[in-house]
Amino acid sequence: MYEFNYHRPKSLDEASSAAKDAEDRKILAGGMTLIPSMKLRLAAPSDLIDLADVDGLKGITVGSDTVTIGAMTRHYDVQTSADVQKAIPALAALAGGIGDPSVRHRGTIGGSVAHSDPAADYPAAVLGLDATVKTDNREIAADDFFTGLFETALEEAEIITAIEFKIPDAAAYIKFPQPASGFALVGAFVAKFGGDVRVAITGAKDCVFRVTEMEQALASNFSPDAIADIQIGDDDLLADIHCAADYRAHLVTVMAKRAVAQAAG
Amino acid sequence: MIGGGRYSDDFNFEGQVHLAFLRSPYAHGRITGIDIDAAKAAPGVLGVFTGQDMEADNVGRFETDIPLTELDGTEIFKTRRPALPTDKVRLAGEPVAVVVAETAHQARDAMELIDLQVEELPAVVTSLQAVAEGAAAVHDEKPDNCALHWENDTPDAYDAAAAKAHKIVKIELINNRVMPVPMEPKCCIAQVDDETGRMTVYAPFQGGRRVQGAVADFLFGGDGDMVRHISDNTGGGFGTRSKVYPEIIAICYAAKKLGRTVKWLGDRSETMVSDYHGRDQVNRAELAFDENAKILGYRLETLTNIGAWVTENGARLAIDGGGRILGGCYDIPVLYYSCRNMMTNTVSTDTYRGAGRPEANYIVERLMEKAARELGIDSKELRRRNFITTFPYTTQMGMKVDCGDFAACMDIALKEADWNNFEARKKESAARGKLRGFGLASFVEGAGGRPEELMRVRFEEDGSVNIYCGTFSHGQGHATVYSQILSDKLGIPFDSINLIQGDTDTAPAGASGTYGSRSSQMGGVAILRASDIIIEKGKKIAGHLLQAEADEVAFEDGNFKAREGSVTMQEVARAAHDPARLPDGLEPGLDETYHYKRPGGRTDQSFPNGCHICEVEVDPETGSVELLAYSAADDCGTVLNPLIVHGQVHGGVAQGIGQALTENLVYDEETGQLLTGSFMDYAMPRAKDLSDIKAEFNPIPSTNNELGVKGAGEAGCCGAPPAFVNAVLNALEPLGVKHLDMPLTPNNIWHAIHGAKNEGGPA
Repeated sequence: MYEFNYHRPKSLDEASSAAKDAEDRKILAGGMTLIPSMKLRLAAPSDLIDLADVDGLKGITVGSDTVTIGAMTRHYDVQTSADVQKAIPALAALAGGIGDPSVRHRGTIGGSVAHSDPAADYPAAVLGLDATVKTDNREIAADDFFTGLFETALEEAEIITAIEFKIPDAAAYIKFPQPASGFALVGAFVAKFGGDVRVAITGAKDCVFRVTEMEQALASNFSPDAIADIQIGDDDLLADIHCAADYRAHLVTVMAKRAVAQAAG
Repeated sequence: MIGGGRYSDDFNFEGQVHLAFLRSPYAHGRITGIDIDAAKAAPGVLGVFTGQDMEADNVGRFETDIPLTELDGTEIFKTRRPALPTDKVRLAGEPVAVVVAETAHQARDAMELIDLQVEELPAVVTSLQAVAEGAAAVHDEKPDNCALHWENDTPDAYDAAAAKAHKIVKIELINNRVMPVPMEPKCCIAQVDDETGRMTVYAPFQGGRRVQGAVADFLFGGDGDMVRHISDNTGGGFGTRSKVYPEIIAICYAAKKLGRTVKWLGDRSETMVSDYHGRDQVNRAELAFDENAKILGYRLETLTNIGAWVTENGARLAIDGGGRILGGCYDIPVLYYSCRNMMTNTVSTDTYRGAGRPEANYIVERLMEKAARELGIDSKELRRRNFITTFPYTTQMGMKVDCGDFAACMDIALKEADWNNFEARKKESAARGKLRGFGLASFVEGAGGRPEELMRVRFEEDGSVNIYCGTFSHGQGHATVYSQILSDKLGIPFDSINLIQGDTDTAPAGASGTYGSRSSQMGGVAILRASDIIIEKGKKIAGHLLQAEADEVAFEDGNFKAREGSVTMQEVARAAHDPARLPDGLEPGLDETYHYKRPGGRTDQSFPNGCHICEVEVDPETGSVELLAYSAADDCGTVLNPLIVHGQVHGGVAQGIGQALTENLVYDEETGQLLTGSFMDYAMPRAKDLSDIKAEFNPIPSTNNELGVKGAGEAGCCGAPPAFVNAVLNALEPLGVKHLDMPLTPNNIWHAIHGAKNEGGPA
């Protein structure tokens, strides 16, 4: 680890100005990826702005149509929240499947979403549940948020404050783990809102994406059979030592089918 | 678990300083310059050293002492590795310079200031690349990259046998490269005594004599008295901690040069790029059968990737290691074996649990399974027809297999695995859309390693008994087993016995270490023999005490008995420390060291064997494989402690399943960069990857040692890979899949299914 300036602001305003003033800042929101990267000297920010003590960034609020989760809410708290389990059980289950217990007790939803790891779980829920990403100066629709490999619509120094999820009629998330890391080789989040269906896939491309062909097929027939023959092209799919592109394309269909089966069941 | 262990990193000394390695980012290139000025001037830096410094100080080199030759007498290519290279870098991660500073952070910061200039050369990564026409030469002096092309004979005899064959069955296989991964990373502390200049080295190791010898050879003109090695605890050995690495030499050099205590703790990434790896063979094999499905001959051609440097054992693993039991449990009348040891721009491969025997068993068991299909015979029946049944049996490689009952092991395992009801279970799986498979492997391995070991048994004045040894227990339970042996033999309380290990100052001179499943069969026997000498001396003392002649005294159940009266072992031991109670001319004390030499030497090892069975289920939609049940029947000879031997079987099986299911060490084939350099990409087997393991024993005492033990540590990883892969092949048979290479990851299985379908499905 190289030297850096450590900030521990108490308020969002303080955090925002510290972030704006810094030359090369990183927002610390759990640090489950950032701290190991810094220890390996792969990341070397000049300033680290730790949101741990910032007021008002933690907690879960359930409304009539939405569940809003503060950016600094730990995965474990989402996993075990009775409110989330009741309103969107698929979201609680997803949180309970992230990493291992130590990661779930330190990692936060805001950290995960801002990082936009191509294989992270939360982005699939954000996109699949048509969520709104709230920041210190605006609101961003999920469809506009994830823009590429570790890239989002966030401006430099912009801080996520909360994620507002729409409550679906039914939803499920199924992932196929990479054998070493446990990250999703492919994860499918399927959500049904009345006659509309959203299918969000993580792990397969540079960032999470929707499969509209599947969404249309499921809108008229919400069953695994409806999408059994829909296979996405593998041109822009990730390929690595764990998973070739053609196999990833196949897994997208299988995971989506299984998510539909679980959501429908 | 009480946290009472003391690993090398737990040692800290006043005034210790820290070291960092600069490692080559290139897999292959010529060193044109190493600028260390900026590093030397960095805060806290005490010294920066390169290979040139070490060369100028006449530091020794890693010598290749492998007495194997090619058929025409050509000797093995000797790479003579320096601890830090001066001419070329030959693998990504190779240490090229060291920085010593007051703190570890300062050392690392300064290390990044070194400017290593390298003229890059094309990297040779796989053995197939190394053998190809026009490949770059890892060592300029050996343009064909082949360190040794070993053959047991010309192919003529095999060809003649094959010409008469009813059927020849061929297979091509990959024994995938894996990483041994001890839990404790590399670590070393070198400390120099200000007055005497004597060096003490703390490092995790499986037997410190090798460290002592190497450091003495490199830095002290071979004077072993100038070097002491200590390791209280070692967090996993697996063969990879029986090696002296260049890092240890460089650290000791720096400590000697600076006169300071130098400490280095490698992180996981450094450990992964520099620990020697295991396996990595490409095999082409065939068996010739007569019309009764009896084997007429075996032909095996192996390319093995031994990495950039010819190490202590790397180039002999496939020959001396796997060669011990090349044809497995089967009667092989004729053999042709060719093994080309290819040098590449990768880490060296060397001993890893099994060290050649897992590879050899894997090849022959895959081949037998394939042969059964092609011959249309049940694979169990094919094995039975070809099992060695007459002992002692001398193999084509000259090994004398003393005993075993391979058919009995198979029967036990089949019963354990409930083979008779497999079809019903298979139907139940099919009803859930899953493919169930049953796979079996019979195996034999050769255990014992170096055919001599020393043990010292000493009765202390307080009545306790110390065993001083050079073997090293890092989880094997030697303190338990050695104490059992000694307690049984001398009739003394188990709790009075202590094991003193991990210190070359207390180990008998010439004692060796723990590897090759040898500690019980070598160390245990040496304890037994040392005890015999103690009993003989005890008889003299007892005779004196009981006023009888020594030859009238008998020793039984811990008591020395004369015609009138008896004394216990402990009473005799007490008397032994009191010169007034000793017969004239007898040295006080009971303190004996026995140097045990195995009578048959290299060829009369022990031959642990067994039959392992896997039952698996494949999800054809994703290619995922689940291990449902594992049944092991092992003949490890006499079982001294069932709990400990079960533990050995379980551990070996877990590592075998790791190789077969999840583990695969991958280098980028163009750049030579390690792609599986962290646990994010290198998939260790997890608890969920395994099933319960049923293990039974079929103990047939070894005739090669008086304890009757055969060694148990490496059997599991011989049996598991072929049993597992054969089970998955059995499961996938309905889909027309005929071939698989390890590891059987979902990606690989799915492609095998997909490929088979592309070819038109089942014939």
